[in-house]
Amino acid sequence: MTDKVRRLSFEIFRFNPEDPESEPHIDTFEILERPYMTLYMALNEIRETQDAGLQFDFACRSAICGSCGMLVNGRPALGCRTLTADLPETIRLHPLPAFKLIGDLSVDTGTWFRDMAERTEAWIHEQQAFDPEATEDRMSDDIAAAIYEGDRCIECGCCVASCGVANVSPEFLAGAGLNRVARFMMDPRDSRSDEDWFEVVAGDDGVFGCIGMMACADVCPKELPLLEVYAYLRRRTLGTKFLKD
Amino acid sequence: MTPQLITTDVLVIGGGLAGERCAIEAAAAGQEAMILSLVPPRRSHSCAAQGGMQAALGNCVKAEGDSPYVHFLDTVRGSDWGADQEVANIFADEAPVAVRELAHFGVPWTRVRGGKNRYFVKGEWVEIDEPTENDGLITHRDFGGTAKWRACYAAAGTGHAALYAVDSEVVRLGITVRDRVEAISLIHDGSRCTGVVARCLRTGKHFAVLAKATVIATGGYGRIYGRYTTNATINYGDGAALALNTGIVPLGNMEAVQFHPTALSPSGILITEGCRGDGGFLLDKNLNRFMVEAEPEKQELASRDVVSRHMMQTILDGNGVDSPNGSHLWLDVRHLGEKHLTTKLLEVFDICRDFAGINPANDLIPVRPTQHYSMGGVRVNKDGEAYGLAGLYAVGEAACWDMHGFNRLGGNSLAETLVAGRVVGARVAEYASSTTLQANTALAFDALGIAERQSEAWLTREGKGRSVYEIRDSLGEIMITKVGIFRNGEDLEAAVSEIQALIDECSHAVLQHKGPGANPELAFALRLPGMLRLAMTVAMGALARSESRGAHFRVDYPLRNDRDWLNRTLARWQPDADAPTLSYEPVGLIDLPPGHRGYGSDERIELETSVDDYNASVAEVQQREGRLASVDPMGSRLKSAGEASI
Repeated sequence: MTDKVRRLSFEIFRFNPEDPESEPHIDTFEILERPYMTLYMALNEIRETQDAGLQFDFACRSAICGSCGMLVNGRPALGCRTLTADLPETIRLHPLPAFKLIGDLSVDTGTWFRDMAERTEAWIHEQQAFDPEATEDRMSDDIAAAIYEGDRCIECGCCVASCGVANVSPEFLAGAGLNRVARFMMDPRDSRSDEDWFEVVAGDDGVFGCIGMMACADVCPKELPLLEVYAYLRRRTLGTKFLKD
Repeated sequence: MTPQLITTDVLVIGGGLAGERCAIEAAAAGQEAMILSLVPPRRSHSCAAQGGMQAALGNCVKAEGDSPYVHFLDTVRGSDWGADQEVANIFADEAPVAVRELAHFGVPWTRVRGGKNRYFVKGEWVEIDEPTENDGLITHRDFGGTAKWRACYAAAGTGHAALYAVDSEVVRLGITVRDRVEAISLIHDGSRCTGVVARCLRTGKHFAVLAKATVIATGGYGRIYGRYTTNATINYGDGAALALNTGIVPLGNMEAVQFHPTALSPSGILITEGCRGDGGFLLDKNLNRFMVEAEPEKQELASRDVVSRHMMQTILDGNGVDSPNGSHLWLDVRHLGEKHLTTKLLEVFDICRDFAGINPANDLIPVRPTQHYSMGGVRVNKDGEAYGLAGLYAVGEAACWDMHGFNRLGGNSLAETLVAGRVVGARVAEYASSTTLQANTALAFDALGIAERQSEAWLTREGKGRSVYEIRDSLGEIMITKVGIFRNGEDLEAAVSEIQALIDECSHAVLQHKGPGANPELAFALRLPGMLRLAMTVAMGALARSESRGAHFRVDYPLRNDRDWLNRTLARWQPDADAPTLSYEPVGLIDLPPGHRGYGSDERIELETSVDDYNASVAEVQQREGRLASVDPMGSRLKSAGEASI
């Protein structure tokens, strides 16, 4: 930290759809930077001392729950783990695009992800009913670790917001959706066949709708290997229809 | 637009693991279930559980000989005999099924690798040959206060993986989830609960949900400790406050508050017990492993209450590491190596990098005991049904079921959410299928009107009162300094009167923002009176309990006192009363007689009556306190059911 305390200027997008008099605009707030200040701390300070109506979302404040995705100087990021020290003195915050706005920096990711989960049937399609008396089915630890890697997505929506396709095509599954599909596709407990999966991911809303700009991988706070995920999906999907025999 | 009145069969307040698992049980039994949640369910605080879920599968070498009964014994000892032993037994018996069911739902549990494995145990590397016949079974890691390795895990994201798997079942079953909704009050007629009044956090509009059964699954009340908690910002005990505000339903053991030994200092973010389970050390400022001397047998893996007290004592003795944010100690996991840290403890690695700017493979982690878990909550019988109100249930951290007594073991809360979700969910479904919807709309509209006027009062109040956030901050300071790890009568008396003063101030607090919509300041203002009331029950319960048990430690009464205090505190708040009233009931039927935990102090004041006499009093006193009859008789699930059943 430098000796001189910085005066940070926050330029924050404001719009309250519930208020008929509200128009989209930018408000500017100034606060003094503190050591190890995160956007979680800064936004709460602004709300508690300058504008009590400011809307934003945080829950775990430890980069686990995925609540606080927002555009930080134009780039999707988790507010809770973004340190002001890594940013210039002027910090411009917008809500994540591609999601319905609730107000100011708060967006409706819940509806988007529930819809995605329903459309891709993002649950284990069981091979047989659970038997409470039985020992668990075995799984190799390597496969468990690979599934866990895909399971690490926290559905913050940063990849969706950064996606050129998702921003113009609301049905596109985007990084989080495609990763979710791959996670179930590689799970030996899921009974879906390659043909079933073809229906889920082969359309324009699936992996072939991706135009390969890969901003998703750049902004993913969990650093999920999305490039490999898409390659896996393409390989599995093409293998089904075109590469057999 | 949400209509002002909607109906469902089973209404679950809270979309974390306990609530969702309960809703699944109800939906699978053919009941229409609806979940109300402050946040999209996958953002519930269950996702932050890191290191593991206890279940006695006994699959790896260090778990050999484990059984649900050993798990039961560990849980009761961990609770410092404050637990309801029948509930602890139900829990331990069902936990293996719950873990395996999660595997069925898709959790990628870490598995046994047959052959040579290297583990770090009590200060050194050991090589253990895992039998190849166990290859691929769910494996375990060590946690505090357990006789065997028992915690099943998925790296340090166990809660996340479990929550996503369970939520995927909620989606599969088509269960309605209304996120960004806050329950404001329970609708009841004094004997039966028929739903809730809720407030939409998108629009600010109120609506009522009428249901045959209502389940409180809102998690803990850690945020009454302000920023001195590992809990998410959404854990302010809303469900417990709903129950308390009925004046009928008691809260159990609110003074039983857990401090986790290793929260990152100063942010308070959790660093899993799995770090110590996997071989991590606690060090003082001289890099001395003080826990080895303090607890030669369990070392860093004594129960959380014991470890937290040794840590605080080390800091008070001047052996903490000074920093601008106060003293802390060190957690050392460097010897585990970067590969282990970036796989089995990946989430810890990320948290250290993101929030402390350190690499735990090279750097020591600054840690400090911090509020973590609420053993207290809505007092329920073994079916999860609340004392005093039919049709009202509670599960998970929101409930005082009560398998944790005065100290919860690490990994037992994740397991509780799933076990209780299954057990209580089945009871809820039975109840809902045996009854009809009580559509008393007059009662609902009355409750709706009260809630709307409450909001209106906040929006119209003028004056120069303090801000709700200042009151919240004052409350946090009182709780951490006077109702913390080391407690004494003088501080607790001061805490009670200071919280009373805050309650008065809260009724004069003035909002800065009065605009339309959800209004985040109003949303917080509506929570604050409940938080203050919960804090009062904690402080008064702690003041009255003149003994030390589990996480409740009185410097002026340092011994556990089974003669006078082998009981559970019940707190009720009568409408318009200034303070809660406390009463007491036996902890439940005793199977394992009170004794030494195997760690911590071996001194105590002994029980003077016989266990048989103690057990003979349980049913009558609990019934008098409002315990509703359980479906199976009391004692039917105790190990020695033949003798203990009454």
